Amino acid sequence: MSDTLSPEGATLATPAAAKADSRATRLKNFWADFSRSPVAVISLVVIVLLAALSFGAPWVTPQNPYDMASLDWMDAFLHPGTEGSGGYVHLLGTDNAGRDMLSAILYGLRTSFVIGLSAGALALMVGICVGLTAAYFGGRIESLLMRIVDLQLSMPAILLALVLVAMLGQGVAQIVLALVVAQYAYFARTTHGAATVERGKDYIEAARSTPLPTRRVLFRHLLPNVLPPLIVVATVQVASAIALEATLSFLGVGLPLTEPSLGSLISNGFKYIHTDRTWLSIYPGLFLMVTVVAINLVGDQVRHVLDPRNQR
Amino acid sequence: MTLLSVEGVSKRFSKPVGAVGRLLDRITGENSAATVHALTGIDLTVDKGEVLGLVGESGCGKSTLGRIVSGIYTPSDGRVTLAGKAVARSSGGNVQKLTTAVQMIHQDPFASLDPRMKVGETISEGPRLHGLWSAAESGDRVRALLEQVGLEGAYANRLPHQFSGGQRQRIAIARALAMEPDLLVLDEAVASLDVSIQAQVLNLFLDLRKRLDLTAVFISHDLSVVRHVCDRVAIMYLGRVVELATAEDLYAAPAHPYTKALFASVPTLGTGRAAFQPIKGEIPSPLNPPKGCAFHPRCPFAGPRCKTEVPALKPGDRGQVACHLNDGGTGAEEIAA
Repeated sequence: MSDTLSPEGATLATPAAAKADSRATRLKNFWADFSRSPVAVISLVVIVLLAALSFGAPWVTPQNPYDMASLDWMDAFLHPGTEGSGGYVHLLGTDNAGRDMLSAILYGLRTSFVIGLSAGALALMVGICVGLTAAYFGGRIESLLMRIVDLQLSMPAILLALVLVAMLGQGVAQIVLALVVAQYAYFARTTHGAATVERGKDYIEAARSTPLPTRRVLFRHLLPNVLPPLIVVATVQVASAIALEATLSFLGVGLPLTEPSLGSLISNGFKYIHTDRTWLSIYPGLFLMVTVVAINLVGDQVRHVLDPRNQR
Repeated sequence: MTLLSVEGVSKRFSKPVGAVGRLLDRITGENSAATVHALTGIDLTVDKGEVLGLVGESGCGKSTLGRIVSGIYTPSDGRVTLAGKAVARSSGGNVQKLTTAVQMIHQDPFASLDPRMKVGETISEGPRLHGLWSAAESGDRVRALLEQVGLEGAYANRLPHQFSGGQRQRIAIARALAMEPDLLVLDEAVASLDVSIQAQVLNLFLDLRKRLDLTAVFISHDLSVVRHVCDRVAIMYLGRVVELATAEDLYAAPAHPYTKALFASVPTLGTGRAAFQPIKGEIPSPLNPPKGCAFHPRCPFAGPRCKTEVPALKPGDRGQVACHLNDGGTGAEEIAA
């Protein structure tokens, strides 16, 4: 069989085909495609910056807004840029309790990020399990699971989240749970759609006829091949989880003011919107908007890069 | 010694109608429960060390039979046994394969390898999970297998898209061989490859067959390929075996009118202006197969008996033939007389 080696074996030796396709080069290619959009790169930088500032809040901010002892009633409603009794400038002013707004916003952003990321990750996992199970097993299981998902998608997520938070009560864990229940359906439907296509391909049949255990076929063969569209949905859903949490907190069913999130800060400032103390709601609102828009722009570009029609 | 035995296997596919569909049927008086008769009463055996060819037009059920033998489908009726043991069983609507002794090689090597899994892992995952290989020896075994199918051992770390079609089909063969199967099912394994690559892969298969004493079911629509590879050939038409003979006998003297027509429709080189004779008509729909002999609407020799009575597979001059010509006449002779 030596003759079979040469003609085909030779093709791999050519430089074009010999290009090693390691994870590193794939990542490099991805970055090359991603960085074609300056808007997306700026958005990514903004996200990284905001994340660094918010998770580093205890070291960055001049004040711990949770610590009631550090608050001074004399500092209430200071305009942005005024120096308070603490001897430092309140860049974004202070609120009715004398809280430094910049500190509160960064702490609030941290809460928003934590809630958005954990809700997004959990919803992703639940959605993947539901979607893969439905697509792989088909039949009654598929009908049942996907009808539940359809039912949920026909209702506004905010409504579902509102009802759940009202039932579960306030707190970070409760909000995350409510968001997961409200959002897993998007992941489940995307997974189901992609997995239904992949499931019919020969490599799944080959894996099943080996036979490999069902769990391995699902998670080692099917899942990696449905992941690209899920990454896109995940970025968008993280942004929407942050916005949802802010909405819930703004409506007063989310987090209490002692545990400030962007939503509760906006809600608090909203009470003074008709006075000249507009900075109380505008700055947290700006931070929320910038965060959500930046994540969405990055998600958009990721989708663009992963779209096979745009592949080089 | 018989290794694989297929006894009275039928396969029907029916579209699930559902509650709404049934209600609509009730109202309109129609029946939307369409059933495809993919296979009807197939009896075949494959001896150890033998290569059986399955030949027929597209839609004749040869791939379905291959999938049933591979344990991907279970038959609607009848049974498939490998050395006396069932290949697969159906449990709650899902097929559960019971053996690793049958491995399949798919038609399209661009679809049959997981695009996101390294070749080495694709080959080794089956044997590892079934305890044939230990983790320590797996790397060496993969390398040895890759070399056995004419690739370099170092290719184990590459992804499928870095290979050509012929190379991928070699990888698929290596994956199948890794499970140390008693029976290989090759479903149009070379059909999607270039002719020159086809020859290489076929030579590889013949070489491996000699070395490893392989038993195989070789599915193809290409008569010249089958002749090259197979010991015995079963000609299939619309879910039935119409002729079964050794490759030599079949190619020397095809007995069934369909087999003759198939050979007549093969374009040949060097015969000058040989008349190319396509089989008249289309293959009938398996949703509603013709009564009697399934081939009678297209058969030049069909008589009244062919329209009513299904011919059984009976020993003819050399192999087995399912045709009334071989079994007391079509009924057309009496009319002529």
